[in-house]
Amino acid sequence: MLRKIRNMEKIYLALIVFCMLLTGCHGSKGSGTFEIPQDFDQNEKIEITFWAKNDTNVTQSRIYEKAAADFNKLYPNVKVNIRLYTDYGKIYNDVITNISTNTTPNVCITYPDHIATYLTGKETVVKLDELMRDEKYGLKGSELKFDGPAMDEIVPEFLNECRIGDSFYALPFMRSTEACYINKTYVEAMGYEIPDILTWDYIWEVSEAATKKDGDGNFLVNGQKTMIPFIYKSTDNMMISMLKQKDAGYSDENGNILIFNDTTKEILRTVAEHAASYAFSTFKISSYPGNFLNAGQCLFAIDSTAGASWMGSHAPLSDISEDKIVDFETVVRPIPQFDPAHPMMISQGPSVCIFNKQDPQVVLASWLFAQFLLTNETQIAYSQTEGYIPVTTKAGESLEYRDYLAGCGSDNDLHYDVKIKAAEMLMANKENTFVTPVFNGSASLRDAAGQMIENTAKAVRRKQTADDKFFDTMFDDMVSLYHLDQINTGNVSGDLGPLPGPAVALIAALIAAWVVIIGINLKDIIKKRKAENNT
Amino acid sequence: MKKLLVLVLTLALVMSLAACGKKDEDKKDNCNETTPAVEKTDFTKSEGVMTYAQYDAANVDEPVTVETFVQDKQSWWDNKATIYTQDNEGAYFIYEMQCSEEDYAKLVKGQKIRVKGFKADFQGEKEIADATFEILDGNYIAPATDVTSLLGTDELVKYQNRYAEFKGMTIAASKDADGNDAAFLYKWNGSGQDGDDLYFNVELNGNVYTFTVESYLCGKDTDVYKAVKELKVGDKVDLTGYLYWYDTVNPHIISVTAAK
Repeated sequence: MLRKIRNMEKIYLALIVFCMLLTGCHGSKGSGTFEIPQDFDQNEKIEITFWAKNDTNVTQSRIYEKAAADFNKLYPNVKVNIRLYTDYGKIYNDVITNISTNTTPNVCITYPDHIATYLTGKETVVKLDELMRDEKYGLKGSELKFDGPAMDEIVPEFLNECRIGDSFYALPFMRSTEACYINKTYVEAMGYEIPDILTWDYIWEVSEAATKKDGDGNFLVNGQKTMIPFIYKSTDNMMISMLKQKDAGYSDENGNILIFNDTTKEILRTVAEHAASYAFSTFKISSYPGNFLNAGQCLFAIDSTAGASWMGSHAPLSDISEDKIVDFETVVRPIPQFDPAHPMMISQGPSVCIFNKQDPQVVLASWLFAQFLLTNETQIAYSQTEGYIPVTTKAGESLEYRDYLAGCGSDNDLHYDVKIKAAEMLMANKENTFVTPVFNGSASLRDAAGQMIENTAKAVRRKQTADDKFFDTMFDDMVSLYHLDQINTGNVSGDLGPLPGPAVALIAALIAAWVVIIGINLKDIIKKRKAENNT
Repeated sequence: MKKLLVLVLTLALVMSLAACGKKDEDKKDNCNETTPAVEKTDFTKSEGVMTYAQYDAANVDEPVTVETFVQDKQSWWDNKATIYTQDNEGAYFIYEMQCSEEDYAKLVKGQKIRVKGFKADFQGEKEIADATFEILDGNYIAPATDVTSLLGTDELVKYQNRYAEFKGMTIAASKDADGNDAAFLYKWNGSGQDGDDLYFNVELNGNVYTFTVESYLCGKDTDVYKAVKELKVGDKVDLTGYLYWYDTVNPHIISVTAAK
């Protein structure tokens, strides 16, 4: 049902970004530098558009709608129109398309990686540093009509993820990480204990053991014809996390691409080994990890904590029919580690940026709404919909939120234990999270990282050999496909330099054509006038 | 010179507009509105090409080669096409086949093609993935197979991906996000908006099945999308569509009319 987001967007986006690199953003006309108005004009009728992302979760959509309605009660002159998305990639795609026509939304859920690309348009995304510090309308500002967080009440790690170069370009909205959702019943039945911190060796060993079948072709562990012991949803995160845990190259702050190294090959060899034995698969190859987990056809399902409501026998959300769900105990662990003493996991989740517009009052209204999303009411309500955690200490330490956590397991809806345990796992590991360097092109690099795992897994399943030659060829293909050799290193928001030759030639040809047309028309007009004067 | 320039610029403008409007146009083109190829039915298989039975018997991840006929196009993006195809033996769903935009235009309804790829299984949907194709001489438009009596039986999966019809189905209530009865939902759980996939339940002999208007195949401007939005619980309808699978049967519907 949801598979259409599998592949299409990423490669398309890489192409669009490439085109932006070549042409679109050089000297593009922005909305001018935003300057904070002295006062917010509450008599000016303002409509702002908020592009919001939800996890195919109606409750989340409603929280956005409620936030917009509540904001309108406080600021009756501001109407917030919401456009709902369920995929970050689609938002990214649409924003890029709309930058060239200056029809970007006002407020937008986003990833910092994506903002780095948006910044190739001059003054496209509003720098937030001054707004955050503004006495009247900044964080905890004197003129705010709501009780938002102060700067020091936003979790510093999460806020810093929104810094690109020297400036803040977004506010964090929610945070999640990845978790390993485990069918404890089956794993223990196989004679394994589940450690607090999983290692990759452990995951591979148990997964291989789970591929054993009886004489009729049924898997011993579940008695079914289907068993994919280990499924990873986001293979880009898988590669990124493994490289980070091994302290191997991925990229640096200047946009240098470091991923094509021996450690990457070593990881891919391991992937190849376990994909070939069908102990490991991916979402793109097989489908959602949660679907297989809930059907008793997967032991280790790695997915976002923001997908926790879909995981487990008693999950409140499900994408498979009830008759296929089997009963088992689910436990939640951090993703597997190479060094369990120093666990590392990715920090992810939505941030919110605001786009520049000609009317500074509109931008200020956008900023006020973005801040409003950090009020306790929105933060707590939204974090409860999935295994998210609030981005403010103000919300995270509130009595209401602590009561919510304390109710873990008291029902299979709001207090669904797997969901709350996933959130608690992140809370306990905040200092163990990391993000990758953000630069114009980092989103493409992320896609390439995942695609290498996908390609390797597919290749060995199709009886191809994944050797050094295969990896070297794939490295070259990735550079070409994702234009990783076109990335402008060093400055995410600066001038992109002179236009490339083809762009110059195209513009010159267009100008020449118009000059000729205007010339011919002028000649015609002069001729006509001469003729009229002569008659 | 002047005329030539005007012509060139006009063409450029028209091409730009055409390109911008492509996605919606595609959606309209689907739902059986593409111009059929000239009729020339030829089911002869070339050497090395599988019969449907051989394809059906192939394991996931095995290379497969079939000769088949385009029945509908779901989407094209970044040189990848997703299409519904069928021959006189069975149907083949081709997922993200390598295809230029120029070639995509040649994939008219009924067009014979040879497809080489790998068999894949995505949540029960058997498909050909990572495929390439070539256009062949031949044309066939499959008639709708009435599978109404097969609903709820193990036999139905043998018709997977075929163009099928369902007669005398009753629209059954879906539960919206508030737990209220609804004739259809935007997205499978009602979390979507106009333009997203439509999901609706149909009932036959006490069993309920979920059908879908796949928005890439039939967008919000198509007749079927509009018609489904007008459905009421209890309506009796006839439907046609492709026998897609997602965990269980989940047809992609391209027409709905009042039951005859």
